[in-house]
Amino acid sequence: MDYLSIIFSETYKILFLLVPVLVSVAMVVWLDRRIWAFVQKRQGPNVVGPFGLLQSLADALKYMFKEVIIPSSSNKIIFILAPIVTMTLALISWAVIPFSETQVLADINVGILYLFAVSSLGVYGIIMGGWASNSKYPFLGAIRSAAQMVSYEVSIGVIIINVLLCVGSLNLNDIVMAQTNLWFIIPLFPMFVIFFISALAETNRPPFDLPEAEAELVAGYQTEYSGMMYAMFWLGEYANILLMCAMGSILFLGGWLSPIEIYPFTLIPGAIWLILKILFLFILFALVKATVPRYRYDQLMRLGWKIFLPLALTWVVLTSSYLFYFNLLPTN
Amino acid sequence: MLAHAIFFYIFSLIAIISAIMVTVSKNTVHSVFFLILDFISISCLFIMIGAEFLGMIMLIIYVGAVAVLFLFVVMMLNVAQQKNQWFSAKENSKHIPVGLIISTIIFFELIIVIGGWKYKPDLVSSMSLNIDNNISNTHAIGYVLYTDYIHIFQLSGMILLVAMVGAIVLTFRQRSGVKRQSYFSQISRERSDGVELIDIPSNQGVKSDD
Repeated sequence: MDYLSIIFSETYKILFLLVPVLVSVAMVVWLDRRIWAFVQKRQGPNVVGPFGLLQSLADALKYMFKEVIIPSSSNKIIFILAPIVTMTLALISWAVIPFSETQVLADINVGILYLFAVSSLGVYGIIMGGWASNSKYPFLGAIRSAAQMVSYEVSIGVIIINVLLCVGSLNLNDIVMAQTNLWFIIPLFPMFVIFFISALAETNRPPFDLPEAEAELVAGYQTEYSGMMYAMFWLGEYANILLMCAMGSILFLGGWLSPIEIYPFTLIPGAIWLILKILFLFILFALVKATVPRYRYDQLMRLGWKIFLPLALTWVVLTSSYLFYFNLLPTN
Repeated sequence: MLAHAIFFYIFSLIAIISAIMVTVSKNTVHSVFFLILDFISISCLFIMIGAEFLGMIMLIIYVGAVAVLFLFVVMMLNVAQQKNQWFSAKENSKHIPVGLIISTIIFFELIIVIGGWKYKPDLVSSMSLNIDNNISNTHAIGYVLYTDYIHIFQLSGMILLVAMVGAIVLTFRQRSGVKRQSYFSQISRERSDGVELIDIPSNQGVKSDD
């Protein structure tokens, strides 16, 4: 009986987290398309519902009623597993995101490592999809994205080390609490810029969307997918983008802390602040997508390995020597 | 404790079965996927005994980086055909004795390690490390790695560095006739370098591409 009640209460908590995440993914897709359209002086989706808000819902319905085509020469099990892996990995990482001091599903000691590990597993969905399709465009797209995601993960890892040096803990709530006086975006601003650009590359967003460069590779690893399986890739991708925004706001923008600790601001719950910060970063993502042309592949690799990695490593040395010299190293 | 035991047996069963499937499955890419499953279930086992740092590092390094490169190589090289050849052709099976010797050595090494653990517990115990139970195991690993074992830690880092430099030296070759792009000269190009205004005389034309 005890186990049953635990299982029920935990399932309730998980649903209470995942349903809003999925709904906000749908809304965020609409927001992305609207911003993209406004930058280009178009209207964007504005027909279904007020301001076109229900467009994503209509799209989802359309995908659901489309036929799922599995290519006859594909590796069927892996072909079906790939979108499931992408979607699952995009959703399980939300378990550790703290929405306030107490509102967190799993307050684990190694929260940031968990986030990093899950985001580094994200590449498998793409490789599996590309390989199992047994077709050249998906395969090329998968290989490109594998190389790209592995490269940019390295610099994200080094940036995380920078933040951890200032915090002295791997727990996400501790990272947020360490920014009570000063958000890390101020002392670590160059790292925030590199993190933002690496996050764009990690989630295959423009200008780094080479895995699905439509002019060269049709749709990259998604070429053979149709119907609900395609929609799952798509949902997983946007959930990952939101997750990267959440990670950026926790590491650099103070997570659920309010910008100023004075009376009217402290009334607003932390979850609202976190959502506002995630939305701010997402709007930046959308603006970048609308304004910047796509990188060439060798330029992408050069940027990751020859510019971001040395810069981030140098900054680790700088941060640790500064903290050591002024005796600011966290001691807990 | 019951739930703990159930999960332990689930994860260890998955680990053992997938480890067997790595060697048994015909398709090499499937082998790598089973290897990944094995890594993941082992990191789950690490987390279950409370070593969450080791479990996460296992996920990040082995699953997130090493196995991706394995998969990369296996997909590109089409090893599947070769593997079938090894097992079907009679005269070509020189590797099987070598493999047997290596696996026997590994087997005996494992027996020695586990035997030592069983019969001489003080030889391999961690009691001498003086671990404080109040700190998280990430901190505990840090304290041990950067104090008692700092030289070994630095040495292993140096070995990795040497291996990396060696790999780069082995694959690096200077090819002639390759056009390289200099980003600096590309960016610093001015309009006057690339565009020339020519007054073309009527009925004569001009020769431009020389």
